[in-house]
Amino acid sequence: MASLNVNGKTLDVNADSNTPLLWVLRDTLGMTGTKFGCGAALCGACTVHLDGKPIRSCSTPLSAAAGKKITTIEGIGSSDVGKKVQAAWASLDVPQCGYCQSGQIMAATALLTEKPKPTDADIDNAMAGNICRCGTYPRIRAAIHKAAKGA
Amino acid sequence: MSQLKNPTRRTFLKSSAAVGGGLIIGVALPGAFRDANAATDSKINAWIRIGSDNKITILSARSEMGQGVYTAMPTLVAEELEVDLRRIKVEIAPPGEVYINEMLGGQITGGSTSVTEAWEKLRVAGAQARMMLVSAAAQKWGVDASACRAQNATVTGPGGKKATYGQLAEAASKLPVPKDVKLKEPKEWRYIGKPLKRLDTPSKINGTAEFGIDVKMPGMLYAALAQCPVLGGKVASYDASKAKGMPGVKHVVQITDGVAVVADSWWQAKQARDALDIKWDGGPNAALSSESIAAALKAAAAKPGAVIKKQGDADAGMKGAAKTVEASYELPFLSHSPLEPMNFTADVRKDSALLVGPIQFQEGAAGMAASITGLKPAQITVRTTFLGGGFGRRIDLDFMAQAIEISKAVGAPVKLLWTREDDVTHDFYRPTSVHQMSGALDAGGKPTALKLHLTSSSVTSRLFPPFVKDGIDPFMTEAAVVPYDIPNQFADVVIHETGVRVGYWRSVSHALNIFANESFIDEMAVAAGKDPYEYRLALLDKQPRFKNVLQLAAAKAGWGKPLPKGRARGIGLMEGYGTYMAQVAEVSVQGGQIRVHRVVVAVDLGRMVNPNIVEQQIDSNIVFGLTALLYGEITLKDGRVQQTNFHDYKLLRMPETPKIELHIVQSTEKPGGIGEPATALIGPTVANAVFAATGKRLRKLPLRLA
Ligand code: FES
Ligand code: FES
Repeated sequence: MASLNVNGKTLDVNADSNTPLLWVLRDTLGMTGTKFGCGAALCGACTVHLDGKPIRSCSTPLSAAAGKKITTIEGIGSSDVGKKVQAAWASLDVPQCGYCQSGQIMAATALLTEKPKPTDADIDNAMAGNICRCGTYPRIRAAIHKAAKGA
Repeated sequence: MSQLKNPTRRTFLKSSAAVGGGLIIGVALPGAFRDANAATDSKINAWIRIGSDNKITILSARSEMGQGVYTAMPTLVAEELEVDLRRIKVEIAPPGEVYINEMLGGQITGGSTSVTEAWEKLRVAGAQARMMLVSAAAQKWGVDASACRAQNATVTGPGGKKATYGQLAEAASKLPVPKDVKLKEPKEWRYIGKPLKRLDTPSKINGTAEFGIDVKMPGMLYAALAQCPVLGGKVASYDASKAKGMPGVKHVVQITDGVAVVADSWWQAKQARDALDIKWDGGPNAALSSESIAAALKAAAAKPGAVIKKQGDADAGMKGAAKTVEASYELPFLSHSPLEPMNFTADVRKDSALLVGPIQFQEGAAGMAASITGLKPAQITVRTTFLGGGFGRRIDLDFMAQAIEISKAVGAPVKLLWTREDDVTHDFYRPTSVHQMSGALDAGGKPTALKLHLTSSSVTSRLFPPFVKDGIDPFMTEAAVVPYDIPNQFADVVIHETGVRVGYWRSVSHALNIFANESFIDEMAVAAGKDPYEYRLALLDKQPRFKNVLQLAAAKAGWGKPLPKGRARGIGLMEGYGTYMAQVAEVSVQGGQIRVHRVVVAVDLGRMVNPNIVEQQIDSNIVFGLTALLYGEITLKDGRVQQTNFHDYKLLRMPETPKIELHIVQSTEKPGGIGEPATALIGPTVANAVFAATGKRLRKLPLRLA
């Protein structure tokens, strides 16, 4: 039994401590907004925040997340930056199939929290780990710039 | 896929029962099946349901896999129905005869056909429904229908009379369907042609959109499946004693495609699956390798093929030429790799089955489910979730058959999920191909003869065999004939099966043939000492739509104008799915690394439903096509696919994405498809630019310098 702090709530979970956080979120807690793409820290679909830093939940064991603040796509809208990012995503209609977008939004929010006015190079660096097979990259870039302008 | 406008294709599909892997698809659906998912709301027609609370649901007969049909299809209905697009609810239609894609002959999402096929049909359905609602109001008020007006989901009549669609729906649903339908004039359109926002965006930015992987059922268990690492092999024997003792494991069952572990959570199932001790029988493919496949393909290419184009006398043209050009292009196998790995959730019981997942082929799903479960179609419910990408992969339903078999065996609802490794190593790959081309130039450099000899595998032979006739698979020869005015032409094709299972992959054979043809016309221009743009242009006098997009792309890209040092341009031209397109790419090459900086796209897709979605599709296709061009290659050794995940099957990432500029020709022609063509064209456009930058003609994909 481990105790997790997810989106500000404390939840008890019954799972082996080696279980990747991704599967605890999705299957044990039923929070399916966080996605599985590769299971090997190669695609970013499973990105969540651990104490505000973006991590790959597919490759982070439950034991490493216990006692830390976990934020997922379900909770990101309650931060100011997260709200702005979601608003920019909506106004530019970023998603296509949408599958990668939870991870993209988590990565973009982490970037903008750390660097409120990112350059294109900052965006390239921060977002290079998040694959979008549908190729929404041009709109993701535009949406990050838009969110940075506060819209 | 537009070649198949043959009224008998439907019969073909119905009768094409046997496909690879023992699946049964295309089983004709009895009428009862049409109502499988009918709600208690009033059903105005197959596309529209209206609740007494005035909730309006529009069904999309195509799967939403990113391409925007979830928005585009309802737009067509709503335009004529006179409802606000924002207030409607969209559902993906269940399997049913009425939802069949008439261009493809089945309830399939593919071939960039969704809008083209639905264009008339859905507007008519919307108009009919509106007329029925107006008639119901007129009857209710005892006035003439011409005195009533429909607007914003409400009918108004003389003297300020008003009734919502919800209030009229029940009466309307009992009225006869009007035959004489007058559609709105384009200038009256409120939605069609406007850059409207997608209806699925809100749920896709907050984690609530339901993909197949997210499906939940009460009492659901999770499954992971071990499949033979050799494509087409099977289980010889296995020992599950270790796996059975692992935490959470409930069942280990053998099914047609391998051994499944069923557990309380997917991670537990996956861990136990990895602990299975399985002896595999690789079967006839056990010795396949990329080298042996390439050698067999070359041997097959030495044979004469089935003729698809004969005009004038190409051989005589070659003999009388001032100059001849020859080239051979080679394309590898590719995987689809949608970001959501294959998955499916099935609850198979004695007298019913609930089947939920991300599929592109509802009709095949219904038929297949009936054949595996032995249930009657009326006992089977199929629900389509959002697809985390499709690209053709989810036309095949292997993963669905597996989930059905597992649920049936264990007697519980089961969600089967593949790993990424399962996905990359068990795809239905884009076929490998060889394109042998030769051309003749006269003394002025003008092309006088062109020959193509194409050798590749046929997806259609596996999926829809009756479509393949006299050695010709129409989905292998798309865009194989050039639009250019060349007097003597000859093209033939050899179908060669390599042993590797192949599938339809975004833009299907366009990507193969356009790469070869547009590279070759460039080579001819070079041989003639001419500018590749001018060279093409001079051959297009009989092709105004081609000519127009070519000129537009060149003008917008600044063709011929100086570029920063180290940069070079390439150009390409195509038609596919009724859409005409030209592209210009700007590239640079440094230390063997190809960098694409800018892509200009000019497109004439006829009338378009939603320019916002068109722009998305162009971005998507350029990125998808660049991935294939720069990285994509599946290789085999000992019958096994060697790539396993995104470290060795690389996908384009944000820093490598070029600036993409789109220019759309305002056109009143019939709508063309936009989900695929740009994927095909970016290949030769960039390869031509790489030639311009380096003088090296790369004829083998992926592009590799040195
Ligand atoms: S699923 Fe975690 S990085 Fe891909
Ligand atoms: S929107 Fe489909 S993978 Fe990114």
